[in-house]
Amino acid sequence: MPLDAAPTREAERPLVEVEDLARDFDVSKPLLFRLLQGERRRILHAVAGVSFAIPKGTTLSLVGESGCGKTTVARLVVGLYAPTRGSIRIDGTDLASLTTRAAQAPVRRRLQMIFQDPYASLNPRWRVGDIIAEPIRAFGLLRGRAEIEARVGELLRQVGLSPKDAEKFPHEFSGGQRQRISIARALSSNPEFLVCDEPTSALDVSVQAQILNLMKDLQARFGLTYLFISHNLAVVRHMSDRIGVMYLGRIVELAPGETLFARPLHPYTRLLLEAIPDLEMTGRQRTPVGGEVPSPIDPPSGCTFHPRCPFAAARCRAEAPPLRRRGEVEVACHAVEEGRLPG
Amino acid sequence: MPLLEVRNLRVEFPTRRGTLTAVDDVSFAIEEGEVLGVVGESGAGKSITGAAIIRLIEPPGRIAGGEVILSGRRIDTLPAEEMRHVRGRQIGAIFQDPLTTLNPLYSIGRQLVETMQTHLGLSDREARARAVRWLEDVGIPAAAQRIDAYPHQFSGGMRQRVVIALALCAEPRLVIADEPTTALDVSIQAQVIALLKRLCRDHGTAVMLVTHDMGVIAETADRVAVMYAGRIAEIGPVREVVKSARHPYTEGLMGSIPSLGQKVERLRQIDGAMPRLTDIPRGCAFNPRCARVFDRCRVERPELMPTDGPSRAACWLYAGRGAERDAA
Repeated sequence: MPLDAAPTREAERPLVEVEDLARDFDVSKPLLFRLLQGERRRILHAVAGVSFAIPKGTTLSLVGESGCGKTTVARLVVGLYAPTRGSIRIDGTDLASLTTRAAQAPVRRRLQMIFQDPYASLNPRWRVGDIIAEPIRAFGLLRGRAEIEARVGELLRQVGLSPKDAEKFPHEFSGGQRQRISIARALSSNPEFLVCDEPTSALDVSVQAQILNLMKDLQARFGLTYLFISHNLAVVRHMSDRIGVMYLGRIVELAPGETLFARPLHPYTRLLLEAIPDLEMTGRQRTPVGGEVPSPIDPPSGCTFHPRCPFAAARCRAEAPPLRRRGEVEVACHAVEEGRLPG
Repeated sequence: MPLLEVRNLRVEFPTRRGTLTAVDDVSFAIEEGEVLGVVGESGAGKSITGAAIIRLIEPPGRIAGGEVILSGRRIDTLPAEEMRHVRGRQIGAIFQDPLTTLNPLYSIGRQLVETMQTHLGLSDREARARAVRWLEDVGIPAAAQRIDAYPHQFSGGMRQRVVIALALCAEPRLVIADEPTTALDVSIQAQVIALLKRLCRDHGTAVMLVTHDMGVIAETADRVAVMYAGRIAEIGPVREVVKSARHPYTEGLMGSIPSLGQKVERLRQIDGAMPRLTDIPRGCAFNPRCARVFDRCRVERPELMPTDGPSRAACWLYAGRGAERDAA
């Protein structure tokens, strides 16, 4: 039953391909108000053209501060939002080409999501067994009570709970245990691709370690592919093969994890790495970088980071830099391209 | 004499199903100008310890035992009116959410002026001039123009700067900062921590910094107390506690934090979770999760005792050392 497909080494197509994905939200005041006050429509560009690919069995993380659009990307990829522009392909199939529910179901089964808040994402009136069995029933994967019960028991064991827990309700569990239940539910349709939106942000560190270890174990065992969303760079580093750093709806740097931490290129990546308090840094003096994230409704011209960037030049204020490939790293920065940045 | 001394503090919450002990026999001291970090996971009692010191525990919670001594004077028995004066004048407070500290109906200038006039008895003109200086000090751009703005007109990071100004403007000797940066984004966190550090150093203010973020503690505190299930598990110099933890809980906690410095394949994991306050195990509260547990841990509660380093830990592994010292 589980997908025991060993990660294949051949140069196949990535499992997930996202191209020029964008999503706008209309945050205008009501029409009458606009007419009376002479205000214009206000459009929030939550995601403004994001492209990435995730090879099978690997983890891509998106990291950034609140409002950078990382959660919107996650929701677009699983289909909770419809994209304004761009495409999402799972194993070559464009999700937009699937217009009926029946056509979507086989692809939908292959991707699942784990949410941040384990208190909000489980229905308090359902027994844990029913919560976990919901995708099995929805996709009609198994028929018959006994079969489903056995599968739920197996899933609970896989996430470190007991098959007997299927009879209980969510409120009987701690935050970490609830997140295990969320993971069991996500795994129940035998997905290949999991979108994890801040799965440990609501948990204490010792519990976070348990969940991160569990997710890594499950990935190794079932060859899962993860899109991992987090604001915590240390967690991201621990989990990822590749990392995309987002700022105001765009990816500003996309690089293999080790490379990103050893040689960050984009000034914003450098700022983030510099800003994070870390255990290794006892007594360290940091150089805090000024400024705050501007509003995505009215983003700065050119490179949206230029008002906070110590290396901004005239070109940065006028022209938005595209994501350019430099070896294994992709970075969107004029200063990097022109070689203006210090080592 | 330490600036603040907490002795055998005990905080209880009576409930229908019996009394919960949220803080159980906690003792520590803070020296003048020192930054003491208090860390722990949720429910460890760290915030309640801070709230108990300034007597801001929500009823029905109550201080059920112990003493709080500030500059040689007991403050846990002061009448409420006198305690109001201690809060603000002698102990400032910074909370996680700046919106709970700031009054949305008053301009930030008015809140600063009122605080300074209440505690320092300044004239209107002098108080306003100082308020502008404080806002400049905490890095509010165009402070003289923005002093009459209201809290909602500031961003989260800027609001927290205003809260810091408000906590420090009556020149207290001690500031209790409860998760001051948790609600902020990382790049803003760094600014706020640096600001708090600089201002407290400049004014010689001691800080009790309560947070769950070991990174913030590692970088800011001089000493750190690690709390578990309402008790202090370990207390010592920050570098010692982070780099060579003595208590098995602290050791596990440090190992479970992913680090930017090095990548490990698996994080160290402490199985299980912190016990609920309704069923704290007998003996050492950590014993069911401890890898080095032995018989004594299950029956007898360990007090903080000296270890082989400068830290003290509440762990029977170090019992021999205590006995040696007692004999000497």
